[in-house]
Amino acid sequence: MSLDVVSRPPADVPQGGTVAPEARADDVLAAARGASWPGASAEKHFLRYGMMPHMLCPGCGHGIVLDAMLRALARRYETLDDVAFVAGIGCSSRVVGYVDACTLHTTHGRPLTFATGLKLARPDLEVVVVTGDGDGLSIGGNHLIHAARRNIDLTCVLFNNEIYGMTGGQLAPTTIPGAYTSTSPKGNHEQPFDAARLVEAAGGTFVARAQSFRTRDFEEIFLRALEHKGFSFVEVMTDCTEYFGRTNRLGNGADLLFSQARADVAIEADLAGRPTLQEVPARPVRPVMEMGVLHESRRQTLEEAMGLVEAGS
Amino acid sequence: MSERQLTQGNEACARAALAAGCTFFGGYPISPSSEIAEHLARELPKRGGVFIQMEDELASMGAVLGASLGGRRAMTATSGPGFTLMQEHLGYASLAEIPCVVVDVMRGGPSTGLPTSPAQGDVMQARWGSHGDRATIAVAPGSVQEVYTLTIEAFRLAETLRTPVAVLYDEVIGHMREGVVLHEPTSEELGLRSGPRGPFSPDFLPYEPDEKGVARVPDFGRGYRFHVTGLMHDERGYPTSDHAKVEQLLARLERKVDAAVDAVAPELYRLEDAKIVVVAYGIVARTARAAVDALRAEGVPAGLLRTRLLWPIPAAALADAIGHADLVVVAEMNRGQWAFEVERLAGRHVQLAPYLKAGGSVITAEELVAHVLRVSTKGARV
Repeated sequence: MSLDVVSRPPADVPQGGTVAPEARADDVLAAARGASWPGASAEKHFLRYGMMPHMLCPGCGHGIVLDAMLRALARRYETLDDVAFVAGIGCSSRVVGYVDACTLHTTHGRPLTFATGLKLARPDLEVVVVTGDGDGLSIGGNHLIHAARRNIDLTCVLFNNEIYGMTGGQLAPTTIPGAYTSTSPKGNHEQPFDAARLVEAAGGTFVARAQSFRTRDFEEIFLRALEHKGFSFVEVMTDCTEYFGRTNRLGNGADLLFSQARADVAIEADLAGRPTLQEVPARPVRPVMEMGVLHESRRQTLEEAMGLVEAGS
Repeated sequence: MSERQLTQGNEACARAALAAGCTFFGGYPISPSSEIAEHLARELPKRGGVFIQMEDELASMGAVLGASLGGRRAMTATSGPGFTLMQEHLGYASLAEIPCVVVDVMRGGPSTGLPTSPAQGDVMQARWGSHGDRATIAVAPGSVQEVYTLTIEAFRLAETLRTPVAVLYDEVIGHMREGVVLHEPTSEELGLRSGPRGPFSPDFLPYEPDEKGVARVPDFGRGYRFHVTGLMHDERGYPTSDHAKVEQLLARLERKVDAAVDAVAPELYRLEDAKIVVVAYGIVARTARAAVDALRAEGVPAGLLRTRLLWPIPAAALADAIGHADLVVVAEMNRGQWAFEVERLAGRHVQLAPYLKAGGSVITAEELVAHVLRVSTKGARV
């Protein structure tokens, strides 16, 4: 498998409006509405300001991921009237509430089941599922492999922060070996799932892994996932600073982003010989993983097989 | 179609769903309900509908709710163990006000229990199976014909009140064949889903109730952008922990299901001068009716209240029927689930002597007659 998405330097994008120190909340929102990325405008920001302030912690990677998703959507859609976001329970799942679309915040682990019903009822809708590593791989793991097996035309983004954030930092099925959590006080002794490979083995036809560290790559991958016909799965590594970072003394949000960089096969090669967070003794080590599109193939989708949409449409 | 057709209970249920405009079924096989899924697997795709067998009952209910939000009339069918797994999403549907119909063909429980024997053990599960104070509707047909009419009515109640409606009947009714008139429902019998008042605007309120206390939630993908959540929410659909708003929401959800009480009235049989009132539902009501006739032939002033609605409990009709009775006999195939409710509503002067059977066989008229004669001559509260 080769990396077919490469890091690029930041494009020449207009920066968001600056805000004077004495700015009031309205001014901050007005500045936030200003163009900070291509395609954004006051009319096309896709954010639901009534839901603000958001509940994400300082340094959390989820907002970065959501921002990249909205950028990709802005490149594909004028409005999100026909885009439905379906999410489960957890920090990652809460981000759909901030999107000005049809948003469905379901039960813990089950967003893919709701999304399956919705997609079969309305195959014309773009249905994006947002789930987390606990939501999608632990309590909802069975639904994930079945959605992949069916090759239903959903785009599922799994935010992997390697921990249960919303409930206060407990062990996840993705927690790396040795890592401390509130329910693994002596360090995790279980092997984590490789979510992307699991979905590929189950029959998903677009499987990718990305990082909140490299948002432009994630944006491109997410756009390709949206365009793909069939079950698209993007695992995106993001950071929980408050629980994973703090409990494992991995530093702040920036430090964690750096450790993401070192967990990428390609970057790790370039940085050989330089100090790394992974080399601190007695600290958990993030495994070095392949990033990018890991698998892409075409086979009949569930909707095509059921005759709900024309084959190849 | 007005001539009678020999139809199995589960088939009548499936045909009623089709007549009621159901175009989505998501389910998981389980005895003794599987014939419903099998019939709809054949028939739905022919009519532009969607049938999907999901990976489990949690997924089935999730798919049903997703499809319902997509604008479909959606249902599932199951039995006790599956109904247990569906409870979380039934709670979700109640709170988020997503219409759906769930058929529970009851078998002996708890646990795997008696997979192919009749029971009425899911009455309380239908009421309290999901956590929290959930308002709910559950109908209980007593014949194959009534499986047909009450399934259609379940869809009407679900759509017009935007709430899950359970159809509870036992294995005998599910597998029995009777002559049934499979009529085409009128538009009144079908009902319309509550929806938004005007076009989308930024201050659109999907959870603003209409005059019946039902949220005006639109279907997804119709030009309305809004949020649906299982968290307590305000009229915008946004999460809230405002105590007053939460109290208000729970009270409204409880109030709105009361409409079912008038819509699904009980059958009153020989109650005018009855001093002994038998209360029953489902298959037991049929043998109870025969028991009442046998008791009357012996000169015993017995009557029957056959409820077709388990939840919300038809309290007024029940109070009327048992208010002047000397003896009330709730007969049911469980350890006393509805009997406790009747006891709660009965005055202190009323003697109660429930006849309960949970071993997997139907209560016969003969044993019910014997029970009534025994307790009425003893005069004791049993």
